[in-house]
This record gives sequence, C-alpha cells and structure tokens, in this order.
Amino acid sequence: MNFKSAVITFPGSNCDRDALTYLKDLTQGEVLNIWHEESSLPNVDLVILPGGFSFGDYLRSGAMASKSKIIKDVISHANDGRYLLGICNGFQILTEIGLLKGALIQNKSIKFLGKDCYIKKKFNNKFNCNIQNNEVLQIPVAHNEGNFYCDQETLNYLHDEELIAFEYCSSEYSLDDANINGSLDNIAGITNKNKNVLGMMPHPERAYQDFHLSNHGKKIIESILS
Amino acid sequence: MRFKILIRLKSQILEPQGKVIEQSLKSLGFEDFSNIRQGKLIEIDLPDSLNERERLEKIDAACKKLLVNEIIEEYEVLG
Repeated sequence: MNFKSAVITFPGSNCDRDALTYLKDLTQGEVLNIWHEESSLPNVDLVILPGGFSFGDYLRSGAMASKSKIIKDVISHANDGRYLLGICNGFQILTEIGLLKGALIQNKSIKFLGKDCYIKKKFNNKFNCNIQNNEVLQIPVAHNEGNFYCDQETLNYLHDEELIAFEYCSSEYSLDDANINGSLDNIAGITNKNKNVLGMMPHPERAYQDFHLSNHGKKIIESILS
Repeated sequence: MRFKILIRLKSQILEPQGKVIEQSLKSLGFEDFSNIRQGKLIEIDLPDSLNERERLEKIDAACKKLLVNEIIEEYEVLG
C-alpha cells in the first residue's frame, strides 16, 4: 500500500512520537514528521495533529498552534479533501483554526482526566466506517480541556448534518452517566461538513499495541484504509 | 499608552474555577459572596504616535485574530 501520512510537531506536543509509530505500524507506508515552522506540507493522504500542550496551552489550548506557519498548508490539505485527524490537543487546535465547529473548555469537574473511557460511533464517516453501530471502543483520554461546547444552533447543525463521530458511553453502550467531562450531548469527536477532518479527545494512538489496555484505536486507521 | 483587555467566558458558559473559588470563600466565612467567575486580563503597550481610533482598531483586530475565542469568550477594552 502506498499510503503516505504526516504528523505535525509543535513545541509542547507530547504524543507526536506515539502518533508516528501508530501510523508507521498500521499504515505500513511512509510517515513524515513535520515541524510547525516548516512552510510547506508535502502531499500526503493523512495528517495528524497530535496531543500535548502546544505552546504550553498558554492563552487557550491550541490557540497559538492554530497560528503556526504550517497551518496554512494544513488548511489547504483539508480543503483538498484529504484526511486530517486532530487528537486531543489536535482537536483543540482544529477548533481554534475554525476547521471544526465549537470549542473545548475546561472539564466540568475541574479535574485533569487521565484514564480509559468508552466511546461509540454516532454517525458514519471515513474515520469510523469499520466500527459497528453497537460497538463500544475502550480508548484512553488525557485532558483538562475536553468539554465540548457550542451554541444551540451549531449543535443542531452537527446533528442535522450528521457530523458527530463519537460519543462517550458506558462499557454497556449507554449514554447515561457516561459523560466524563461535561461535553454537550456526550460529544467525544466531530467532523467537518465534508467529513474528511475529524477531531477527537480520546487517544487512539494509545490503544493499538499488545501492551496497551485495548487495541480498539486500530479501527480508526483501518477505517481510513478500507 | 497602556491598554487593558478583560476577557471573560460568556455568561451562559459554566465557569468551574469560579465555582470552586466561591466554595472556598464561603468556607472562609464569606457566605454572602455569590456568582463568582474568573476571567483574564491582558495588558498591552501601544505607541503614543497612534491616535485613539487606530489603537482601538489594532486591539480589536488582535482580539479577534488571537486573544479572544468569540465562540466562548467576550472582551472589553479598558483605556
């Protein structure tokens, strides 16, 4: 398979290495690591904006990273219809860029959440098409600002256009008492209108190797490759 | 000239830090303190050579471009 992908590293990214091995192991293709100050992004099929604390999360999570030099090309990459995945801080960066709707604010509990969580697919897209409708994925989260917020009009839009990719649920697939961070409608991940850009708070790159607690994170890459 | 920009979360958004500060103050005897919300303050120097309108335009542009996320926040410029 001739699948080519890239991971962007910002100062303060700390999941970029995991994202690189995740892509290398699962795509079997060429994987590039691009520094945020690079002025151009080579043609690749998939770009990951990794987790971490880009620019120390100063001002707002993802705010400064969203103004990096490389972002202009990341936007063109997305506008060309190629795949863009923002994980955790990467999701925050995508909302700050404006490629995804809404914002991620502080967890309702004011606690940093570092634990496994359960998510399920809400609406079908290229990132989750290999996941069954009744399937529960066990994938870790590690965030302080993962509480998805948007106004009512935007929330209606996300439902009407079927842009909600993942919802937090219980291990038994229930939405009740499963909202770990206060996100509106249990939202754990959303896409853009064209469904080629996905932002999600859980970390699939931390759930695919034998020593991980689950390998459910594989399904995102398997879906893209299918 | 020095400007202050007050940034706060929109009133309809829960501000959990303010809630905790409020609980803490209540436990210290400030029982009648309520509706506490924490925001942020940014101070900026701008050259005196700019006129008032130019300064405010620049600050406004900076707020919209980087300093404020208008999906969740609102701001106020104090002279």
